Amino acid sequence: MSLGFTIVKRLAHMVFVMFGISVLVFLIFFATPGADPAARIAGRNASPQTVALIRKEFGLDKPLPVQYLRMMDRLVIRRDLTSYVNLGEKVVPTIFRAAPVTLSLVFGAAVIWIVFSILVGVLAAAFKDRTLDRLLMILSLIGISIPVFWLGEVVNLVSQGLLHNTWLFSWVPPLGYVPLHRDPALWFKSLVLPWFTLALAFIGIYGRVLRANIVEAMQEDYIRLARAKGLPEAQVLIRHALRCSMIAIFTLFGLDFGALVGGGALLTEVVFGLPGVGYLTYQALTNLDLPMIMATVTYASFFVVSANAMVDILYSVFDPRVRND
Amino acid sequence: MTEATATDPAVPLLAVDNLRVSFRTARGTVRAVDGVSFRLGHREILGIVGESGSGKSVSLMAMMGLINDPNAVIEGSIKFQGRELIGLGAREMRRLRGGRIAMIFQDPMTALTPVYTVGRQIVEQLRLHTDLSTGAARNRAVELLEAVGIPGPKDVIDRYPHQLSGGMRQRVVIAMALSCNPALMLADEPTTALDVTVQAAILDLVRKLRKDFGSSVILVTHNMGVVAEIADKVAVMYAGRIVEHADTPTMFRTPWHPYTWGLLDSIPPISGARPRRLSSIQGAPPSLQRLPPGCSFAPRCQYRSRRCAVKPPMIGEPDHRVACVLEPGERREIVRKPAQQNDEIPS
Repeated sequence: MSLGFTIVKRLAHMVFVMFGISVLVFLIFFATPGADPAARIAGRNASPQTVALIRKEFGLDKPLPVQYLRMMDRLVIRRDLTSYVNLGEKVVPTIFRAAPVTLSLVFGAAVIWIVFSILVGVLAAAFKDRTLDRLLMILSLIGISIPVFWLGEVVNLVSQGLLHNTWLFSWVPPLGYVPLHRDPALWFKSLVLPWFTLALAFIGIYGRVLRANIVEAMQEDYIRLARAKGLPEAQVLIRHALRCSMIAIFTLFGLDFGALVGGGALLTEVVFGLPGVGYLTYQALTNLDLPMIMATVTYASFFVVSANAMVDILYSVFDPRVRND
Repeated sequence: MTEATATDPAVPLLAVDNLRVSFRTARGTVRAVDGVSFRLGHREILGIVGESGSGKSVSLMAMMGLINDPNAVIEGSIKFQGRELIGLGAREMRRLRGGRIAMIFQDPMTALTPVYTVGRQIVEQLRLHTDLSTGAARNRAVELLEAVGIPGPKDVIDRYPHQLSGGMRQRVVIAMALSCNPALMLADEPTTALDVTVQAAILDLVRKLRKDFGSSVILVTHNMGVVAEIADKVAVMYAGRIVEHADTPTMFRTPWHPYTWGLLDSIPPISGARPRRLSSIQGAPPSLQRLPPGCSFAPRCQYRSRRCAVKPPMIGEPDHRVACVLEPGERREIVRKPAQQNDEIPS
């Protein structure tokens, strides 16, 4: 009951935030002083006729609110916004084709980084200040420090080149994306290395944060009580300390997951040739394809905000203290 | 459970002998508990009184086997129902902990795991020490909550700790401690964090529990009033040692140790003339790393003399023992003309 209320409230909040973002994005592209949006939409070397056509099509001679509504109409309702760089390409369907790629990549990586960071955090906390702890923390730091694009290139070099013909990496398919519904096994194989590549830095960060949180939680009074109850140390650590420490990790996860789905996995997508949302944004930026940028930014913010809302809702399942009651 | 030896009245429930707990630190060894000995009978309530850092809590933690600092050294003997606890294996100690020996902590606000309902936390302990099914354990948890005076236990059992008041939470903690019928309950300042009316209710509860559950209780506190209220016997601790040990009426009627005098003088009198200023003991407790070689209270003691340079042994009668060199005659002399501290010390 109270949980349901929390969810509804959170969803309403989400709609409000998305409206705000869409206004902001619109203003950045259409109301920046000293720049003609029509010329920018037209792209490089466009003829004056094209620019005039665009000005009419987007209603750029009308007041800003009207422009905004027209834009939203074309972006969200009619979804027929077209690119002038790749002439005739409808931008919204393009994004919808790219989204499953990004989601596959990020979901898989998220599963890996959550599982492994819990492992790292718990083991390091359990063996605090001993060799295993030090080793794991150093490895985490290395993981955080390696740039993802470099790691990706090295992984490619090894798995596609140097060792591709050995038993170790002969299973690795060529770079690119295979849709899940077409061939699940191949989908999995083509994503395993990108998943781990993307997950590595997060395993490092989350592992370290989790270790710190668990170590702190182990000083809490409720841990002393859990021990006084006669619980074995492993249960104290996992059921009490880890469970309470997961709350902080979850907050972090909501932010990172949203950002990645919204295009933050750009580098990984480019390195592994995965045509996801990040890759699309990257191309749009290099081509100065304004409608595409507009659309990817709006949809990216949609993903970030809805991922955050989802995490917040799950958060109130996780932590009873944040529920409204 | 082997109750046969457990209830043998000839064996004290708990016999602590020369318990010493020290911690190795970078600046040398710190002796937190220095030769504590006492006996606790069945259904007895022992109050341990002392300032912060006097070693009361560390002693309790040692009895629970909960000192897991790798730099801690625990020596001496703690015999529970005739069984030595020091050096007992981790598994056996765990079986006792929460089962035969239970513990209540100071701050109920933070004592419960915030993400689980109180019922779940009580059931967890019951399932650990008994072979009750989850359903039966839950019913037992409702009974326990009722026994500790929680109104509407069927409702409260599904609440989270943050939804309960401090007093309620302390009752939940006590219910949890009682869940497996412990023979010994260790209470570490159970009322300090609560307001006065709730304190009284919790003390009533402890007394009632001794009657209903037959547990013995060791209650650690810095509050002489609490001790007077509830304890059968009192041990006064100072700098890791018991400096005076007697039954409660004796301790309050004829205290022997100058430190005990100081503690008793610091309670505002309920009747009679109100002192101009409540007396306090001069100075601060010594650092455990730099204890004076003789009596550790000597530097703060008004009655110190050269005799205090040697560590005083426990002397006195079997049921009233004190670690002070003052002769009975001197003591009577001092008590007859009470310290004029109040007027002497400028504020």
